[in-house]
Amino acid sequence: MEIRFLLNGEAVALSNVAPTQTLLDWLRERRGLTGTKEGCNEGDCGACTVMVTDAAGARALNACILFLPQLHGRAVRTVEGIAGPDGQLHPVQQAMIDHHGSQCGFCTPGFVVSMAVAHLNGERDHETALAGNLCRCTGYAPILRAAEAAALQPVPEWMVSDAAWLIENGTPPLEAAPDSAEELAALYAARPEATLVAGATDVGLWVTKALRDPDPVIFLNRCEDLKGVQIGEHEVRIGAMTDMNIFGAAMEGLHPSYAAMIRRYASAQVRAAATVGGNIANGSPIGDNPPALIALGAVLHLRRGAERRALPLEAFFIDYGKQDRQPGEFVEAVSFPRQDDRLKCYKLSKRFDQDISAVCGCFNIRVEDGIVSSARIAFGGMAGIPKRAAHVESALLGQPWEVGTIRMAQAGFDADFAPMSDMRASAAYRLETARAMLERYFAEDQGEQVSVLEVSA
Amino acid sequence: MSVTRPLPHDAARLHVTGTARYIDDVPMPKGTLHLAFGLSEVARGRIAAMDLSAVRSAPGVVAVLTAADLPFANDVSPSVHDEPLLAVDRVNYVGQPLFMVVAESHLAARKAARLGDVRIAGEEPILTIDQALAADSRFEGGPVIWQKGDAATAIAQSAHVIEGSFEMGGQEHFYLEGQAALALPQEGGDMIVQSSTQHPTEIQHKVAEALGVPMHAVRVEVRRMGGGFGGKESQGNALAVSCAVAARLTGRPCKMRYDRDDDIMITGKRHDFRIAYRAGFDAEGLIQGVEFVQYARCGWAMDLSLPVADRAMLHADSAYLLPNARIESHRLKTNTQSATAYRGFGGPQGMLGMERLMDHAAHALGIEPVELRRRNYYAEAVEGGSARRDNSDPKESGRGTLPQTTPYGQEVEDFELHGITEVLLESSDYAARKAAIAEWNATHGAIRKGIAFSPVKFGISFTLTHLNQAGALVHVYQDGSVHLNHGGTEMGQGLFQKVAQVAAERFGIDMASVKITATDTAKVPNTSATAASSGSDLNGMAVKAACDTIRARMAEFLAAEHQATPEDVRFEGGNVQVGGEVLSFAEAAQRCYEGRVSLSSTGFYKTPKLAWDRVKGTGRPFFYFAYGAAVTEVAVDSRTGEYRILRADILHDAGASLNPALDKGQVEGGYVQGAGWLTTEELVWDDKGRLRTHAPSTYKIPAFSDQPDVFNVALWDGRNREDSIYRSKAVGEPPFMLGISAFLALSDAVASCGDGYPDLDAPATPERVWAAIRGMRDEL
Repeated sequence: MEIRFLLNGEAVALSNVAPTQTLLDWLRERRGLTGTKEGCNEGDCGACTVMVTDAAGARALNACILFLPQLHGRAVRTVEGIAGPDGQLHPVQQAMIDHHGSQCGFCTPGFVVSMAVAHLNGERDHETALAGNLCRCTGYAPILRAAEAAALQPVPEWMVSDAAWLIENGTPPLEAAPDSAEELAALYAARPEATLVAGATDVGLWVTKALRDPDPVIFLNRCEDLKGVQIGEHEVRIGAMTDMNIFGAAMEGLHPSYAAMIRRYASAQVRAAATVGGNIANGSPIGDNPPALIALGAVLHLRRGAERRALPLEAFFIDYGKQDRQPGEFVEAVSFPRQDDRLKCYKLSKRFDQDISAVCGCFNIRVEDGIVSSARIAFGGMAGIPKRAAHVESALLGQPWEVGTIRMAQAGFDADFAPMSDMRASAAYRLETARAMLERYFAEDQGEQVSVLEVSA
Repeated sequence: MSVTRPLPHDAARLHVTGTARYIDDVPMPKGTLHLAFGLSEVARGRIAAMDLSAVRSAPGVVAVLTAADLPFANDVSPSVHDEPLLAVDRVNYVGQPLFMVVAESHLAARKAARLGDVRIAGEEPILTIDQALAADSRFEGGPVIWQKGDAATAIAQSAHVIEGSFEMGGQEHFYLEGQAALALPQEGGDMIVQSSTQHPTEIQHKVAEALGVPMHAVRVEVRRMGGGFGGKESQGNALAVSCAVAARLTGRPCKMRYDRDDDIMITGKRHDFRIAYRAGFDAEGLIQGVEFVQYARCGWAMDLSLPVADRAMLHADSAYLLPNARIESHRLKTNTQSATAYRGFGGPQGMLGMERLMDHAAHALGIEPVELRRRNYYAEAVEGGSARRDNSDPKESGRGTLPQTTPYGQEVEDFELHGITEVLLESSDYAARKAAIAEWNATHGAIRKGIAFSPVKFGISFTLTHLNQAGALVHVYQDGSVHLNHGGTEMGQGLFQKVAQVAAERFGIDMASVKITATDTAKVPNTSATAASSGSDLNGMAVKAACDTIRARMAEFLAAEHQATPEDVRFEGGNVQVGGEVLSFAEAAQRCYEGRVSLSSTGFYKTPKLAWDRVKGTGRPFFYFAYGAAVTEVAVDSRTGEYRILRADILHDAGASLNPALDKGQVEGGYVQGAGWLTTEELVWDDKGRLRTHAPSTYKIPAFSDQPDVFNVALWDGRNREDSIYRSKAVGEPPFMLGISAFLALSDAVASCGDGYPDLDAPATPERVWAAIRGMRDEL
């Protein structure tokens, strides 16, 4: 495969690129750029964070689970490219020195890049921007001080130069990376054995941890027509390749609780790569989007060649590891009806940020004249698939919206779920907290403060 | 003054530009080979057959070694030679290295290492404390017991008896840079090793044994680690030895670094403990006697478990005078990773036992928890004298009429916690916030709040007394620049900068004139591990000695030249003043050089006053104590057990700090790491002995937003009463234990959900908090 991209302001053309060669290994082993560190090789620590710029702007990504072909036509900046061409320190670098933001220094390049991207994009919510960068030494306080100090400084000119190269050089085609859903449909129909790579936040781990060599691979990141959220009068339609940061932003106005959950979904780096379609298509029982989308009454849009079909999202998940998807068929979009916001998403994990849910419960309950008129409740982490709480829903339906109804409906969880115990949680904890989430939903609806995130000292 | 200045870390600029080099960043010669281990998937059993043909024929593989292929010693133990590099006949835990792959690339080595066809006749593993006790699987013959007075009688005669038992989990170090080493073969069989290690001399020693050469044939260099926390005190041995052996075999440079999952599966962690306690209190809440039984899960090999367990016993008093105490320690051998050093080295576990007991007692006796603690504190130090104050008010100073000795007989002469506590309670507005929290809990439903105070008194010195020594090597070049070397290693704590500040101070020169250089066994031999918080104390003093030797030579020469006395020669402000003349330091160095004065010196230091009998459990193991205290406030969702740390206030004693910025960094980072240990960091093994939390996806260290919303950290304006380097105090480990206040605050919030005392184990994950709340409510 032949690819071109910009690296720290310098054009790079590579040939014979293996499809699953990671950017991190290439930078460190081939290019001698060892500032970008390998901390975990699975996208959970941020030590390998790099800045990637394309038409949609600059974002922080984890280089350890980013394949070289995904960079074709884009611009990359590593920590070596965050300082100016004459060695001038970027404001975040200077602030990290001034505020003692580094101790052992190993996580520091990743922090610096994440901070520089946030600085460039005017992002002031440092907790959100830096949730994906682990530091074991400082306890983060000095890094926060550094980020706050740097925010007052202007963006250095060299940080905005990548965009110009992108415009000038365009993006020549790449056979394994179709440019549209149409091309993808044709290619995938012809190569149904191929592995589809959307953001590589899952397939990346097949390569770095399971040591697999998926081949052939089709990269979806250039299918612009699969990206974006269309908010229509009656429907919200999310292209399969919409990344989670974009999707989260779109949910802020429509379903703020969903947006708040997405803020805790992995990290800025992972959300910038991960896609809505990928999170559905990989069939994980612990993906956070399916329960929320199912609660919203989502419909999944699948395509195979020219054939399209749609099905309720919950019907896609047949059993653990088994989805209703045919060879050569791919997720094109997911949609859900416009509706008044009644959705609450409760993500339960050991750590608030960047942790996979032990339980993810999403509730969408409508009340008319004091009576429950509709109830869609779906859970992740409670079964081998994302699953609706059918007994709970029917116990609520038509009943008065009051504590007694909640108590009665809570019994339904026993019929709906038999969760398992694992390193994230015991079966009992999962079942009982799922039950408690219904109570929390009711309490929140009554105006009670229900989250420790809203409490201060 | 160079000392006391809040200078940035010496490598800060290299860190932020990505130019600080770690092992895996060192440019390697062409032909470098890469190593990976094949690991046991069974916790306990006999190796029946190992077919490695697929490994050998995998792409890029150059060699595959088993135990039988090792030329000399097959041992990487730091203690009793019970830890083979590669398994012989038996496997003892899931993750144990069985064979070593040497390949052309890191990835090729990893891929090949998974191709071994290994058949193991599995046996029932011993995994838990209870299983180990039932099988009497332990290190040493039986439990170690230290006593002071007669605890059983004192408890029997007490007005109140408090009894309980709880468990605390271990902790993965999660240094961001995984274990790594490289070996460069030299002529004549010599070996140069670079290692990410806190203990270069140990690496040198183990490599020499493995190569069958004297230590002089092995040179180990360490510029920096990407974090250590105790996890690189002994756990780097396997990688360095493997590289050296493979380099000797192939004649090519060899490098090894663990993939993160391998790192967590292979290496040791903090010891998890169960602690059972029984204590008698009088009507005033004064402790009469305490019995602790500490059960430590040590894993399969001894490693450093004995001194770790010792230190847990040595901190069983936390900060309180125990007139009668009995401490029983079980060092249990299990089929899990060999637990190892981790910041605090058993101290946190021992201390948490006592703090939990104090909390329990305060609850049972209805005495405010801080008040109960203050009543039981050791007596305040008296300026210039001992802490013993025979006529002091017991409310103010603990039991003033009793000898102020620890359970192991060391007199507590420097107790600072009365003052620290008073100032912290004031600055944190403890009383008013506690009242406000009670009000909150009375008026709110599901979201509960809790607040807790905990003190730290941490003993400074290696308990293996001979380790309390250090060496340094200082050169002054003829241009006045200074080359600094010592036995300590840099893992992020800022040791190199603090020691360079000492050197700059001694010569009266600026920091830019001092070159910090990598730790090197060829420059300073026989180093102790950079551990036990001792780095600055030991190496700072050794460097001071070296500088002072050179300075004295210079002063003598320059004084003679100027008809002055050496005592009148002054080194300050980058100048040397002698007999009315002011020379720049560079000029002075030049003159001394031309005068044929030796401008190079070693320096040596050994900690005074130590006398410790480990077997009897009596004496003075510690030169002094470092102190600190914290108040933490939390909010807990009683429906799910989710929680947040809302605020933490800390006052910590670093003596006369050598560098307040770096020391504050240790305090902030130590607190968060300590809180992590007791909250979200959960190690989960399944019933086959497989660790299920072997990556950051499943093992959750504190993330950015887990720092307290309000985080007030200050250094206590103190001064070490012992003659330490510029009267500073060690600060690496002590602040870790400030995190205990976070655990106790969670317990306090749980307590608000019922009437009993919470049955909360650590780590207090949301699930454990939830379970403890349910336990409280079930009692109602």
